[in-house]
Amino acid sequence: MKLTGAQILMKMLKEEGVDTIFGYPGGAVIDIYDELSRTDFRHILVRHEQGAAHAADGYARASGKVGVCLVTSGPGATNAVTGIASAYIDSIPIVIITGQVPTHLIGNDAFQEVDIVGITRPCTKHNYLVSKIEDLGRIIREAFYIARSGRPGPVLIDIPKDVARGMLAFKVPKEEIRLKSYNPTYQPNMKQLQKVIKLIEKAESPMIFAGGGIILSGAAKELTEFARTTQIPVTASLMGLGGFPGSDPLWMGMLGMHGTYRANMATSVCDLMIAIGVRFDDRVTGKTDAFASQAKIVHVDIDPTSIRKNVPVSIPVVGDCKITLNALNELLKEADLSELAENRGKWLKQIQDWKRAAKLKYQHSDKVIKPQYVIEKLYELTKGEAIITTEVGQNQIWAAQYYHFDKPNHFITSGGLGVMGFGLPAAIGAQAACPDKLVVDVAGDGSIQMNIQEMATAIQHRLPVKVVILNNRYLGMVRQWQELFYDKRYSHTSMEFAPDFVKLAEAYGALGLRATKPEEVESVLREGLFSDRTVIMDFKVEPEESVYPMVPAGAPITEMLL
Amino acid sequence: MNEEKHVLSIMVDNQPGVLSRIAGLFSGRGYNIESLCVAETMDSVVSRLTIVTKANLPLIEQIKKQINKLINVIKVHELTGSDYVEREMALIKVNAKPEHKAEILRIVDIFRGKIVDVGTEHYTIEVTGTDGKLKALLSLLKPIGIKEIARTGAIAMFREGK
Ligand SMILES: Cc1cc2nc3c(=O)[nH]c(=O)nc-3n(C[C@H](O)[C@H](O)[C@H](O)COP(=O)(O)OP(=O)(O)OC[C@H]3O[C@@H](n4cnc5c(N)ncnc54)[C@H](O)[C@@H]3O)c2cc1C
Ligand SMILES: Cc1ncc(C[n+]2csc(CCOP(=O)(O)OP(=O)(O)O)c2C)c(N)n1
Repeated sequence: MKLTGAQILMKMLKEEGVDTIFGYPGGAVIDIYDELSRTDFRHILVRHEQGAAHAADGYARASGKVGVCLVTSGPGATNAVTGIASAYIDSIPIVIITGQVPTHLIGNDAFQEVDIVGITRPCTKHNYLVSKIEDLGRIIREAFYIARSGRPGPVLIDIPKDVARGMLAFKVPKEEIRLKSYNPTYQPNMKQLQKVIKLIEKAESPMIFAGGGIILSGAAKELTEFARTTQIPVTASLMGLGGFPGSDPLWMGMLGMHGTYRANMATSVCDLMIAIGVRFDDRVTGKTDAFASQAKIVHVDIDPTSIRKNVPVSIPVVGDCKITLNALNELLKEADLSELAENRGKWLKQIQDWKRAAKLKYQHSDKVIKPQYVIEKLYELTKGEAIITTEVGQNQIWAAQYYHFDKPNHFITSGGLGVMGFGLPAAIGAQAACPDKLVVDVAGDGSIQMNIQEMATAIQHRLPVKVVILNNRYLGMVRQWQELFYDKRYSHTSMEFAPDFVKLAEAYGALGLRATKPEEVESVLREGLFSDRTVIMDFKVEPEESVYPMVPAGAPITEMLL
Repeated sequence: MNEEKHVLSIMVDNQPGVLSRIAGLFSGRGYNIESLCVAETMDSVVSRLTIVTKANLPLIEQIKKQINKLINVIKVHELTGSDYVEREMALIKVNAKPEHKAEILRIVDIFRGKIVDVGTEHYTIEVTGTDGKLKALLSLLKPIGIKEIARTGAIAMFREGK
């Protein structure tokens, strides 16, 4: 049957199991949009293309499926770039379809032409310019395959207008995808795993450092079994939160710049670190020479470039987290763990002592709302069941510290790029993926203004996301650095000029609520969270509250300001 | 740790944009490129890139892994450290005053070069060899007066077991 390029695209998206597309139309994709109107895809019309990319990201993380966005050429494509770069550094599988000017105009500075393949080369896992319609079907399949397999990531497909309008006798390709130049390693080397078991048997003070790879490979259950069997305490990166139950006694909290005292102390003295699906970001390691300097490091990662990039590793294991943990759990059945309880006693007690010595804490107040208190209440009222997205800054870290994630795929944050404006569109994406879940964007008053236009998207598509603004009238995280390291010179970090967020919510057709006193926090949360509408809750919090612990950038992570 | 020269031979899909992916990887991550050569292989869908870079050991490992990670890269070989042949071609335009002509011809002969263009005041020499050989030739020609140099950058291959 003869199909147009646009029809081939629709057919292939169906084949890939896509049901939702986040997008924004324009001249170069008008043919694709015309075809879209004859399909039953759920199209979510964002209000800015950055929102489309973040929403696809949020959708992917909440659902475990590939997120899809569709934008026009030129400004549509460049607007999406921040979202693509964020998904890239966080290894999130999304496919971005961009329109392009007709092939005969490419290179002529045509209207709304940009070389988006060139622009996104360093921030996509792979990208394609479809130069002829014959390639379209194959490219779409490859794109989805590459996005979701191995170390996941964004893949961009640039479709010129004449390709979308062209005609081809088309049959859906069915044969297995084989790319001779791309073949991720899922199966770990068993010899390496035997060595890991030996180390576990001997270790006196071991710890597990879990990361985003656990979430991406769906290995939370396997990790939990592994840690409990071996009685090894667990920390996680910001991206790994929820990969191990936050309520488990072996849980030490997050590590790194804003990590807990016990997680950072344990890191500095442990004799064995089993790092799984992490990339040893500088926000985690601080000064690398001092990081886990007493330890043999085992590093499991599907991407060989993550291994030995930032820290030396004793036992590298290239493989998938889930498959590797399953294999380790099998091997453990044969291992000699008889003296485990005895051996671990001292180490686990040491960790308890650290915990007692310096718990996560803040100065309570009955006069002014403490942001940490809002998150604690949020946790209580949602029983830890909500999907939490965040903006970037203090709000993000307080959410990470005070919302104790028990399950994977419930914490959605822009970790690597740290994009202010991520949280609201990501919440929209997560809500689209999980209609029955409570989805909350924990926001700062600065960040929320970066993609506030997506309120209209939420209202139009009846996505009842809840925005909790920790409104400190500052670009808080930057203000905190200025306070601590720049003698309180608050250069351009005041956000005193801001809209009335309650009225703004109402202007969009959402529910707006405000709390200015601690005693109002719970009632506002109750009303907002359990409403079936889209809601903005504006919490006027202590303006100069800071995030602790904090390790100054580049210092050893034991040098914590508590 | 010591930075050393490494010769990488990289098989890639012969497609538009692949070279810029590799060049972009090097510039984006701050890796150094001493020279880069690219052309089609016997298989018309595959190209071979030869890159000479300088790096310490952990870095060269990372460079190889990063290149391998690119979807269009089929295989990365490091030639340094094993038995391989390396050649580079240079065109060298030298001043050829009458009193120097004989000497230039003698040098070219020793280096098994060729004169490929002759003028009243210049010779253009074609020569191939390793980086070391070209450097030696250049240092001999320098006092005579080099007007212009064009070098291809190295190409290289493993030696076949005897
Ligand atoms: C303001 C701010 C403050 C921050 N402070 C902190 C902090 O205090 N502590 C902290 O931890 N982070 C912090 N971050 C986040 C930090 O920047 C990084 O995003 C984060 O540490 C990276 O987490 P990760 O190492 O788990 O890697 P990710 O970015 O999640 O990468 C995942 C890793 O797993 C691998 N992988 C993927 N899939 C698989 C698979 N199937 N099998 C095996 N491996 C796989 C990938 O190759 C990669 O190496 C902060 C961010 C911001 C914006
Ligand atoms: C797009 C973007 N621009 C700038 C920054 C730098 N930055 C990091 S945190 C921060 C302050 C965020 O302020 P706010 O959203 O009010 O959150 P708070 O820290 O007060 O909770 C800024 C400006 C960033 N991360 N992203």
